Amino acid sequence: VSGGARVDVPAGLAATVLSVAAAEGQRCEEGDVIAVLEAMKLEIEVTAPVSGTVVSVPAQPGTLVGESDVLAVVEEDAG
Amino acid sequence: MTPPPGRDFSKVLVANRGEIAIRVCRALRELGIASVGIASEADRDALHAAYADECHSLGGRLPSESYLDIEKILAICVDAGVDAVHPGYGFLAENADFADACRQRGIVFIGPPAEAIRAMGSKVEARAIMLAAGVPVVPGSDGYVESLDEARSVAAAVGFPIAVKAAAGGGGMGFRVAETDEQLPDALAAAAREGEKFFGDGRVYIERYLGERRHVEVQVLGDEHGNVIHLGERDCSTQRRHQKIIEEAPAPGLSVERREEICALAVRAARAVGYVSAGTVEGLLSGGEFYFLEMNTRLQVEHAVTEELTGVDIVKEQLAVAMGRPLSVRQQDVAIRGAAIECRVNAERAERGFLPSCGTITRYRPPAGPGVRVDSGVDEGTVVTPYYDSLLAKVVATGSSREEATQRMLRALGEFEIEGVGTLIPLHRQYLASQQWAAAVPSADLALGAVVAPAQER
Repeated sequence: VSGGARVDVPAGLAATVLSVAAAEGQRCEEGDVIAVLEAMKLEIEVTAPVSGTVVSVPAQPGTLVGESDVLAVVEEDAG
Repeated sequence: MTPPPGRDFSKVLVANRGEIAIRVCRALRELGIASVGIASEADRDALHAAYADECHSLGGRLPSESYLDIEKILAICVDAGVDAVHPGYGFLAENADFADACRQRGIVFIGPPAEAIRAMGSKVEARAIMLAAGVPVVPGSDGYVESLDEARSVAAAVGFPIAVKAAAGGGGMGFRVAETDEQLPDALAAAAREGEKFFGDGRVYIERYLGERRHVEVQVLGDEHGNVIHLGERDCSTQRRHQKIIEEAPAPGLSVERREEICALAVRAARAVGYVSAGTVEGLLSGGEFYFLEMNTRLQVEHAVTEELTGVDIVKEQLAVAMGRPLSVRQQDVAIRGAAIECRVNAERAERGFLPSCGTITRYRPPAGPGVRVDSGVDEGTVVTPYYDSLLAKVVATGSSREEATQRMLRALGEFEIEGVGTLIPLHRQYLASQQWAAAVPSADLALGAVVAPAQER
């Protein structure tokens, strides 16, 4: 049934991971919060770029991530 | 001549990092006092760690496990045998418990008495003290606002738009504006949530949100001998997310008489809390009226603007006062000539909504020349991490007039080369060349691209 494209959700900036909202196997809609990052006293929400199913969540709270590090992978709903 | 009375320091710990730690160490070095630095694991190779005469490792990376860890810092104080601690700004600078803990161990806290920090730390208590002292405050609630009904009745009395503020807040955190009654519940909840999160206190109060306002603050200095003076005002009306990014002095558009009145109110405010050391009385100027907002009981980022304008070394005055000496300047000796501007060079990308920019600084060439001062905490090779605030360096330009100071700043920012991380330099250059800046129009939420046309066509 599945089989849509797998879309990486990158951090977008170097930051620490404050919390992770996405869980493996969970559905997500475009714009849903995947994780909250913190950098330089500012909180930044990273949201799902597409609607689909979360297939993996490499992000771990309390860790440091780089700009291109993948926080989660979303399998897009097959059109 | 007999030496002035007091307790001399031979060694002082600077409980901070970055540019302000270096700024304080410079004053100590000029006075022949040994400096002790502290550095987190993330700051092992930082410039401030190398500048101090000796540097102790704090371990940890997050502020809570390093620069905010009172017990760790006090243990280093004892270990290093320091006489006093200078907290800089941020971190423990306005932490009354830290000031008390220092005193209990016989270490001088370089700053105001813990009681003054506590009194001004609660914005609600501060408002009450100022009202009693005859200092005008922004119309708003008498004390804390505990329910939506209470918020509605205050809003009805003072009129929308209103600002909901965390009682323990500051620095643009725990601050929400409600334009209408419908926005009131969300504003209340958000301000309370941020107050709880950033300051451990979810209580809020309400003030009228003044339109057409300028953010004007007054630098004050007090000593243990009953002297309280001011070093003039600064205008900090250029902000992003309600946090200052450009400060200047004198405040544009203020008459000499009005300036004197405002500065006199600030001295009255400082006296009302028995203020000692350097502090800042912050206020809003709206419709020609000055309203007390809050008092910052510490050295501020923008203190250098006033130093350049008056020639008074505010950090050295703090040190002298902490050693029990009287201020070295009297009010009648304070002279303000010309103008000074400060631009905060933050590691942020204005074009991406002021998103923090981390990384390694691969090229660093600070400006120099007439009327330019750079206080920097970084150098080529510095790794800018996400753990602390985004201020890399401050540029202060002075001139005989606001125009000359602006020209110098633009020249200096043009010379300033930083590669490897994004900075606010492009935004500052665009903004200082705009008509908005030339006309001194305040901006509480500056954004790149929203800047109006350049001023050349005047």
